[in-house]
Amino acid sequence: MSSLSIQLPGLNLKNPVMPASGCFGFGREFSQLYDLSMLGAIMVKATTPEPRFGNPTPRVAETPGGMLNAIGLQNPGLEKVFNEELPWLEQFDVPIIANIAGSTEDDYVKVAEQLSHAPNVHALELNISCPNVKTGGIAFGTDPDMAKALTRKVKNVSEVPVYVKLSPNVSDIVKVARAVEDGGADGITMINTLLGMRIDLMTGQPILANKTGGLSGPSVKPVAIRMIYEVSQHVSIPIIGMGGIQSAEDVIEFFLAGASAAAVGTQNFVDPFVCPKIIDELPEWLAKLGADHISELTGRSWKKNERLAYYRP
Amino acid sequence: MRQENCKIVSNRQIAENIFELVLEGKLAAEMNQPGQFVHVKVADGFDPLLRRPISIASINDGLFTIIYRRQGKGTSLLADKSTGMTVDVLGPLGNGFPVDEANPGQTAVLVGGGVGVPPMYELAKQLARKGVKVISIIGFQSSNAVFYEKELAEFGEVYVATVDGSYGRKGFVTDIINGLEVQADIVFACGPTPMLRAIENGQYAPKTYLSLEERMGCGIGACFACVCHTQEDPKGFTYKKVCSDGPVFQAGEVVI
Repeated sequence: MSSLSIQLPGLNLKNPVMPASGCFGFGREFSQLYDLSMLGAIMVKATTPEPRFGNPTPRVAETPGGMLNAIGLQNPGLEKVFNEELPWLEQFDVPIIANIAGSTEDDYVKVAEQLSHAPNVHALELNISCPNVKTGGIAFGTDPDMAKALTRKVKNVSEVPVYVKLSPNVSDIVKVARAVEDGGADGITMINTLLGMRIDLMTGQPILANKTGGLSGPSVKPVAIRMIYEVSQHVSIPIIGMGGIQSAEDVIEFFLAGASAAAVGTQNFVDPFVCPKIIDELPEWLAKLGADHISELTGRSWKKNERLAYYRP
Repeated sequence: MRQENCKIVSNRQIAENIFELVLEGKLAAEMNQPGQFVHVKVADGFDPLLRRPISIASINDGLFTIIYRRQGKGTSLLADKSTGMTVDVLGPLGNGFPVDEANPGQTAVLVGGGVGVPPMYELAKQLARKGVKVISIIGFQSSNAVFYEKELAEFGEVYVATVDGSYGRKGFVTDIINGLEVQADIVFACGPTPMLRAIENGQYAPKTYLSLEERMGCGIGACFACVCHTQEDPKGFTYKKVCSDGPVFQAGEVVI
């Protein structure tokens, strides 16, 4: 067994590195740069029942060490994703995690039912945490009861395991995590973006047309690490961690906090080869840490009586 | 498309806050259309985080030139770089101006506004090379911002407009176009959105191509940051991505 292979509900991963939803489209663009089969998985762009145009532009703004986006879940809609995008991805030997979104519970159920039947979709990622849409999205992700009920409904129709993507825009993320576990979630993905804003000094107006957007990039990493550290100690389902990952070192840190796999978002825009680079560099880090397998690292920051071998520079 | 650490051959100021950066790299061999752009990482660290889309001004035997305005933190860092250093460049990106649409003997009017001027240089060069008559019209805020007038003059007549009237004709590029006595067969334009809108509305030639600018995330079409509506479906779901479907569009294709 490779030191990087990972078994998670529904997912038999060659390695724990995958591009995060919304940062990789449906893979077509990045396939011009490298063979997508080398990835652990691909979390494709959020899909809603109907096509969505998203928010007006400008949709991105920079911050020190980060980026605000307000794309607004633009996507070609369920039928096109099912009939065109997912079949196109079948040429690659890589499991797909389909991110599903909607405005109502029925929307989520409809998308989940159909996408979970696609042959290369091995898991769903329930997007209840997008801060950039006015209906659905974050409304479900900030209310534990709604999150639980929605998870249960989606689980009932899905043919594949369901991972729920949690929002950091809550006061008690453990409460939401426990709620979705109670609702039958097979795993958790976290964190989604932090709600933020920037204002143009010259115009005095918000830079984003949507006014607010989701903050991502290295500046959110400490928040993600803290939340994964907290949640992983209170749930028994695995966590795919994300939030500012840029390097193999970052992936290791997410594992130590409690993650069992890692997703890379914004850094794909900065360095389009970041995922292959991280996959390449991880074995060296395992050797440095004296770990035979990457899964040994999960939760080491809080597990009692389990210490890493001393760092050997 | 490739990512490459390109060597800086020169980086010099050519007008107020306007810099011309000549880079050496294998990706120059892949640049085939004027109007394409590159995505430049200006800092090694986290701030600024994202790349900067900058249009290609000229392509020449393994070298390529980009021209940028020093405006914020990112472009200031780029302006500080000197000969011999390297810059992380992703490109060439996007679809540029269709040189094939202009035939030998025809007249092409090239319109550039501010940092929309650079792609006009390579375009003028390629059009002139195939026997198209080139007329360049370039517009700036004032005299100290004017650049590439002489360079463009290598390929045909050049008219300059400045908003404050400190150089060339006072006013906008459209004031010059309106006064042209020559009938253009084709118009190519790159510049601020109001300028592009005015050129589209002016219908100065049977064919018009416009290069759009929009804030970008990835530059390759994956992030959906720079989408625009199509004119066929101005409020619907069909869209074009400025980075990968454009940045050059035919007039009437997308909502500006």
